[in-house]
Parts: sequence; structure tokens; C-alpha cells
Amino acid sequence: MTEEYRPYTLIAELTYRCPLRCPYCSNPLDHARHGEEIDCATWLRVFQEAEALGVVQVNLTGGEPLLRDDLEWLIQKAGKLDLYTNLITSGIPLTFERLARLQAAGLNSVQVSIQSSRQNESDRIAGTVSFHRKVEVMRWVTSLDLPLTMNVVLHRDNIGSVAELIDLAETLSVARLELANAQYLGWAFKNRAALLPTREQIERARTIAAEAKVRLMGKMDLLFITPDYYSSYPKSCMDGWGRRFIVVNPEGLALPCHLAHTLPGLHFDNVRQRHLRDIWHHSSGFNQFRGVEWLSDPCRTCDRRTRDFGGCRCQAFHVTGNIGATDPACALSVDHGLIESARDQASQSVGIPILLEYRSGRERPVERRSHE
Amino acid sequence: MPPDRAKIRLSPKVRLRADRRTGRCLLLYPETGLELNETGAEIVRLCDGTWTFGEMAQCLAQAHADVSPIVIERDLRAFLKALTDRGLVQGLP
Repeated sequence: MTEEYRPYTLIAELTYRCPLRCPYCSNPLDHARHGEEIDCATWLRVFQEAEALGVVQVNLTGGEPLLRDDLEWLIQKAGKLDLYTNLITSGIPLTFERLARLQAAGLNSVQVSIQSSRQNESDRIAGTVSFHRKVEVMRWVTSLDLPLTMNVVLHRDNIGSVAELIDLAETLSVARLELANAQYLGWAFKNRAALLPTREQIERARTIAAEAKVRLMGKMDLLFITPDYYSSYPKSCMDGWGRRFIVVNPEGLALPCHLAHTLPGLHFDNVRQRHLRDIWHHSSGFNQFRGVEWLSDPCRTCDRRTRDFGGCRCQAFHVTGNIGATDPACALSVDHGLIESARDQASQSVGIPILLEYRSGRERPVERRSHE
Repeated sequence: MPPDRAKIRLSPKVRLRADRRTGRCLLLYPETGLELNETGAEIVRLCDGTWTFGEMAQCLAQAHADVSPIVIERDLRAFLKALTDRGLVQGLP
């Protein structure tokens, strides 16, 4: 069997529920309307089937995975299968005792997100009072000698505080710091005009991050992830469609990326009805954009096609309306002008009040002022 | 402790295990992992907190008598430095 399409990581989205309401949330826009979550017995079967397919890591994520009270049990079962377990969490709601229980169950690492290095800004973006608790949770994580990743989604309002974020990460003995610019899909796409930084902001932040990366080498693994909107070439989405990752969403849909089921015209299968191996190898959704055969111009003959596989399908669809198009983030795309005009808009909308739509079951636009 | 007496160990975030499909050695850490070749695996297995750099070099030199100890020490240092830079190994002098 070819190892060209072997999943190494299972992204287990245990729930779409979350106490936070970040406006760049990566959950689907209609997450509140989704059906029943799959139960722990089904998740265990998913872990077993994933492990048999070659998966060695499982990211337990959401929504907020802490809202599942069977999380301890799931971690224990994943550990028994020799899977490396990452808990990807907002840190809310958690107690020290529960964290210790998760560790005892075999948890290998914890990623906590914060929304900003400043309490009021972080709480405003999260839509709930949470900053101090998150910092406390991060202290608990390191006090238990669990490896800690701090994740910050960067956008126009917080990208100016990258230096402070790095300071905070150092203070908290973070092992890995992810400064990840929002990817403009889902909620972030809806709020793009309010979130997309200017080129100057990106460059300044990138320079600070690059200096810190060198200074902290060996001590802290620092990642700065540029938004596609300011790259000349697209990223290889998920390392290639259906190549290294499987996402299983809260309802049991197996997906090549967490938003693939929001693309029109594709069919994806549910782990309740079909074995994961069968889905991975034979489902039409997983095979739709595998490899490079399906690519059209200019990707078809491009040297980069085996590196970026035509980029992100969701971005192609969101921006151009065509799921098979070259990712418009690519400077070679005929649709790249759409990305350029979004950048122009970002650089012009300085100081204009913008409506930011918060992710929540009920939609609640909140006015705030963009700045700088 | 003088740095050359420091014992070399894997960082707490790292787990070492065999890949059930290929038999190869995997170093797993948050969000990603490394697949090691045989030499890499041989070195990483020694990073268990009981050996200093010098002891590791000696041990490998005995196992590979056909390779110059100078070359072994140089390659070992380069390999451990690469892992140290990724935050995967601690104690390299």
C-alpha cells in the first residue's frame, strides 16, 4: 500500500460548543444548528480505526473539548493505543484537579489559546471574561510539567502586541508559541474587513517574531504564520487534501479539513455508517482533490504543484466561487486581484467603525472601532 | 555541574516510539513528529539522561569501529544540535 496517502494526525473535534465567541472562530458558520455529538464509544472506535490507518497523534479539539465530561476516558483510550495526545483548549472551564486527572489519564501536551496579551482586549475578543483564568491555567500546565503551547490568533487589533505576547510566553515558560494569523475562512472571512491587518503591521510583527525565534532557539519553539493574503504563494492546505490529516467533526463526519463539508457539491461520510479506512481510501470527498491530477491552469504545469497542491479549496471557493480554482492567494491565480483588493481595503479602513460579528448561537453584531 | 558532565536527554514534550507500519523510530512532539533513520534512532535511544556527550560519542565509536571517532563526534554533535534547536533534546554542552 502506498504511504503517499497516510494520515499521521487525527483532529478530533469533540464538540462545537464553546464558552468563547471569537469573531474568527474556525467552526462552521451554522455550527449552532448541527446535530447530535457522537458518543465516546464511537470516538474510541474512530481512534482505533485511525491508529490502524497510521495515525500517531490525536488533537483533541472543538469547540471547547473540556465541555465533554468523557474527555479523561478518551485520553486514556488514546494513550492505550500509543497515540500522542494534544489537548487544544481555551482553558475554560477547567480546574487544577481536572487538569491533573487529564494528565494522569495520559495527556501528552496542552495548547491554550489567548486572544491578546492585554486582559481587556483578550476578554473583548473572546466575548467573555477569561484572560486571567487562561494565564492561571497555563501556570497549572507548566507546574505539572506538561508541555505547553500558547496559541494566539493574530489580526488587526492584536498584531501590534506581538512583542508583549512573546514576553508573556517567556514568563509562562511556554515550550511552543504559535503566532498564527487568522485564516480568512468561515467566521474570519465574514469579518475579514475588520480583521485583516495591513502589510506594514504584518511586516513589523514578522520582524519581531523572527528576532525572537533566533534568541529563543532551543528554549521556545516560535512559529509565526503569515496570512495567505500577504504571501505570494498559497500554503499547502493540510499538507495536501486527504494526505496527512483526518478531521472527524462533532457529528462524526470524516473530513480532509475542518471546513471541507461547507464546500458545495462534495460528499463526505459519517464514521457512524462507514469504517474510517474505507472513507479515507474510497470516499468521493477524500478523493476529489487528492494529488495533482485534478489541477487546472496555472497549477497544472506549475513547479510548485507538488508542494502546495493548488492551495486551499475553501479559500478558492470563498473568494472565487469555484472550488476547483487555483487558490487566489497565489500571485499566479487569475483571481489574485480579489485578494489584492481585500488588502487595499484593509489598508484604507483605518479608523472606521466596523461591525464585528461574534460567533455565537444567536448572532449579535457588536460595534467597535478599528484603530491604527 | 560543568557542561561536559551534563547528561543528554529528550525534552519532556518528546515521546519516542516505533512506527507500527514501518518499524521506524518516531519522535513525537506537539503537533508534529520526526521519522528517524537507523543512525538517528541509535543516537536518540542514547538520549535517556544517563550519558554525557563524550560517553555517547565513545559508545557510538565502539559500535562503528570502521568510522573515525572524529567524524562520529562531529556528526553526533551536528545531529544533537539540530534536535536541540528544535527544543527536542536537552543537555548538549
